[in-house]
Amino acid sequence: MGNMAQIPDSRGHFGPYGGKFVPETLMHPLEELEAAYLEARRDPGFQSDLDGLLRDYSGRPTPLSRADRLSKHLGGATVYLKREDLNHTGAHKINNCLGQGLLAKRMGKKRVIAETGAGQHGVATATVCALLDLECEVYMGEEDMRRQALNVFRMRLLGARVHGVSSGSQTLKDAINEAIRDWVTNVRSTYYLIGSVLSAHPYPMMVRDFQSVIGKEAREQILEREGRLPHTLVACVGGGSNAIGLFHAFLEDETVAMVGVEAGGRGSNLGEHAARFSGGKPGILQGTYSYVLQDEDGQIAKTHSISAGLDYASVGPEHAFLRDQGRIRYTSATDEETLAALHLLSRTEGIVSALESAHAVAEVMRMAPGLREEDLLLVNLSGRGDKDVQTVAAADSE
Amino acid sequence: MTRIGRMFERARQQGRGVFIPYVTLGDPDLETSRRVVLELEAAGADLIELGVPFSDPLADGPVIQRATERALARGFTLEKGLAMVADLRRHTQVPLLLFSYYNPLFAYGFERLVSAARQRGIDGFLITDLSVEEAEGPLAVLRAAGLDSVFLAAPTSTDERIRKIAAYSSGFIYAVSRTGVTGARKSLSGEVESLIRRIRSQTSLPVAVGFGVSEPDHLRQVWSRAEGAVVGSAIVGCIERNMGQPDLAQRVGEFARWLKGGC
Repeated sequence: MGNMAQIPDSRGHFGPYGGKFVPETLMHPLEELEAAYLEARRDPGFQSDLDGLLRDYSGRPTPLSRADRLSKHLGGATVYLKREDLNHTGAHKINNCLGQGLLAKRMGKKRVIAETGAGQHGVATATVCALLDLECEVYMGEEDMRRQALNVFRMRLLGARVHGVSSGSQTLKDAINEAIRDWVTNVRSTYYLIGSVLSAHPYPMMVRDFQSVIGKEAREQILEREGRLPHTLVACVGGGSNAIGLFHAFLEDETVAMVGVEAGGRGSNLGEHAARFSGGKPGILQGTYSYVLQDEDGQIAKTHSISAGLDYASVGPEHAFLRDQGRIRYTSATDEETLAALHLLSRTEGIVSALESAHAVAEVMRMAPGLREEDLLLVNLSGRGDKDVQTVAAADSE
Repeated sequence: MTRIGRMFERARQQGRGVFIPYVTLGDPDLETSRRVVLELEAAGADLIELGVPFSDPLADGPVIQRATERALARGFTLEKGLAMVADLRRHTQVPLLLFSYYNPLFAYGFERLVSAARQRGIDGFLITDLSVEEAEGPLAVLRAAGLDSVFLAAPTSTDERIRKIAAYSSGFIYAVSRTGVTGARKSLSGEVESLIRRIRSQTSLPVAVGFGVSEPDHLRQVWSRAEGAVVGSAIVGCIERNMGQPDLAQRVGEFARWLKGGC
């Protein structure tokens, strides 16, 4: 297994993946960001400020719930849920936003910009900006603004300006393009608070570090409860921050298997899904080298998922590396399987999860019956489903 | 010396500034691009940047974004673009610089592309999202083929970065006039003067200034400090305004003459 937890290298490479593919104007700002982050990471004061906010503001540690009725229903493995949905703002996104928000403050930046897909990262960013007295502007595709209207309203309540993006497919990829255009223009005054393990170095490393609290807690909790490690970890993968956040602390535990679940959408043709590992090939998009859904000419493909948070053409470079190493298995769940999973979890456990997280539950439904009761399946329930109730209602009535 | 190097040397001897217009290949179709390039040369273009459309042009403002969308909607491919370049080369010796993002070039196979581009008559490459940190491999391919590699220097580049950019560049260095995306501006940024000075202290390569250069006055201001002026969005905007006109190419030529001559 080697030193899988010790990547990336000093230039931000995870094996062949990652790196820095951005216009020159952003290169020195990325160097400054990396230096500021590495210094903060060594500073016990920064870590204790962050730990304090994670505990007293976001409510960490989040519980690890044993899902007895779901396990019984599936008949096989014992399922545990890591309850990131119980964080303040309702998803794991706040872990990263608190870390980067403190870093923006420390760097003396007054203005924060962010992109958002499902709106969970936008809400978490707007929340942290309100808390830390930072100006906040969020870019969001107009298609996503329609399907996640509740989160648009929440961001505005929190004092953020939300800019609709009407270019391209009007989803997360286009929101990132616009955020980068803003950043390249206002780079001296502005902190770009990226919400996943994407884009140029140091973002994939930094966001992973801030999210790795999920796996550190989960590992301790499961050992305390069961006295042994899980059989398999399961998490959904859009950019991949909740997944890498859960997986990272277990990478050296050779007996622990890991599954990342991508959006299978409504079909296997290009444009009908967001399953980068089965349908894409390595390429360069928005700052990093990773698997990308694209056509033969290297034009980025349209994607589809019922879940806005997984609807993206590329995936974090560390996932690409761990996939090639064979350390993590990647699969996908269709829109239909996801809806069934969301319903099942709601009825058996009383938890309405986000559509993103329901993709992971869909994989649990496939895996659990083939395992034994003593096999522990640990699922990252990355977010709650309030934002998706309308989407689910509309899909159910179709 | 390459075609680009010889052109800068000739302009230096003649004591004049170099005019570098940009065209998005295939906007709105390749036949129009071909005619526009020939008209631009007739209007006094010294070097022409040919933009390879990419679906996600994150360094570009709205004008070039729209040009990209038009070209892709009409089915642009790199293969067709290179065939057009080969045809152009039967009519003109104006230096041609291929300008793009890395992914469409990488997807084609970079080595295969450089060899094909050289055969068809491309003189150099500028890849806007390829930082010098990631450029080692592509640079070796370009050098082996004897093609120029042009890198961007920005107002935010440190002297240390400019040193590396200069070492990696040949033909000229492209100085980005301001932080931001491509697009016409009313006035030129003051930041560019100190950037040019800092580039000069590292290299004797010619410097061309772009981003926001869109009026005759801007060109003259640039030429008083640097060897070349790049005009992108203003040219593409002129193509857009004249879309559907039978004499579109001539009109772009007239616009280029006005920019260059200022009358």
